[in-house]
Amino acid sequence: MKNKVYKTCNEAVADIPDGASIMVGGFGHAADKPQNLIAALRDQGARELTLIMNGAGISGRLGIGSLGGVPFTDEEILIENRQVRKAICSVPASLVMSKPCAFEKQYLAGEVELEYVPQGTLAERIRAAGAGLGAFYTPTGVGTLIEKGKEKRVLEGREMLLEYALHADYALIRAYCADTMGNLIYRGIMRSFNAIMAPAAKTVVAEVERIVEAGELDPESVVTPGIFIDRIVATSGEEKR
Amino acid sequence: MKERLDRQTIALRVAKEFPDGAIVNLGAGIPALAANFVPEGRTVIFHAENGVLGFGGVPDNTGEEKPYYLGANGIPFSPLPGMCFFHHADSFAMIRGGHIDITVLGALQVSEKGDLANWTFPERGIGNIGGAMDLASGCARVIIAMEHLTPKGQLKILKKCSYPLTSERCVDLIVSNIAVMRVTPEGLVLKETAPGWTPEEVQSYTEPTLLLAPDLKEIEL
Repeated sequence: MKNKVYKTCNEAVADIPDGASIMVGGFGHAADKPQNLIAALRDQGARELTLIMNGAGISGRLGIGSLGGVPFTDEEILIENRQVRKAICSVPASLVMSKPCAFEKQYLAGEVELEYVPQGTLAERIRAAGAGLGAFYTPTGVGTLIEKGKEKRVLEGREMLLEYALHADYALIRAYCADTMGNLIYRGIMRSFNAIMAPAAKTVVAEVERIVEAGELDPESVVTPGIFIDRIVATSGEEKR
Repeated sequence: MKERLDRQTIALRVAKEFPDGAIVNLGAGIPALAANFVPEGRTVIFHAENGVLGFGGVPDNTGEEKPYYLGANGIPFSPLPGMCFFHHADSFAMIRGGHIDITVLGALQVSEKGDLANWTFPERGIGNIGGAMDLASGCARVIIAMEHLTPKGQLKILKKCSYPLTSERCVDLIVSNIAVMRVTPEGLVLKETAPGWTPEEVQSYTEPTLLLAPDLKEIEL
């Protein structure tokens, strides 16, 4: 049996090459972001990355989504470090207009690419990839700039857009606890994009607070089956900056 | 200048639209305030797109706050009996699949046909779609809660939106700080006016011609 347990986040992201496409899990809150894996990727230094995520590192510095408004690590440290070539996301700009984030500054300067995807379409494109589907039709985005260049059909009496599955080379995700098989459980709102990215990338790395032996998680409670997970790292709940 | 409803009062009026048992998603800003004004005797189940249904208000006791009990707006919630968590594909299946009864959103512009523009304006050069397109096109009923004019005094209720659209023909009701208007196939119907405001005064701040509801009245608070 292949050992999925890695000792450190640095080891777990060491092989990510320049030019990789990487899904980063979470909605955008401190508790759902794989903060330690993001920091490890910053230290590792891979460049020309395409990041697929909900928000392009737009809330951590502002402390929006943490208890007490405490700042936390998000994708912004990768963008500031000039490791990102393109973002595929639904929220690329700061939540506070007077405090622009690194991604929007680089985008407005023409230094990075952006593909807007509505949040539900992003979730479903990721889900489709993990589920072996090539594409699907959705009413979201009809009549907006999202429909540009997309096939449109009337289905069930509504106009719908063809949206393709979205794959990635790697996914960096976060859960609460893993067993040594890679089975994951979450707490509260942590599932978000984490649980749906797990099936969608070739190599999936999960950061968890603790790792237990196989058999210690209740099979009835497992949210992400271990078959989707390649690497797990325990962080003891500490957030690296 | 005549008195306009404050943000809390707009939210109070919006919350009167929630029937007992409704599943409701509230956007950021004024819409989020409506959670505090659910009419007595009614139970509303709130949905947050980051994966929770049936959550309660901000915990009174700070010791009960948990980092993984935060809504889409980043504000802590308290657990309620029957609360449940789910991932993003399920969360947006609820939205797109028509399982959410009402969404309340803010707006930069609304057209008389019910088109909504609320994710960016051209001068910014970038914007946040987030879940707004899915919510606006997927929820059974879209209510807009907003100030009637921009901070600079520009009209927001227009014959046609000039900003990039969030969704076409999706808005059902607009609750502003001076009026309540319903979008109908015939046009925008003025249903209620803020205390002290005449229909003519509301019209002067609204580009499309307002139709007057037969039972036009002052907003009841």
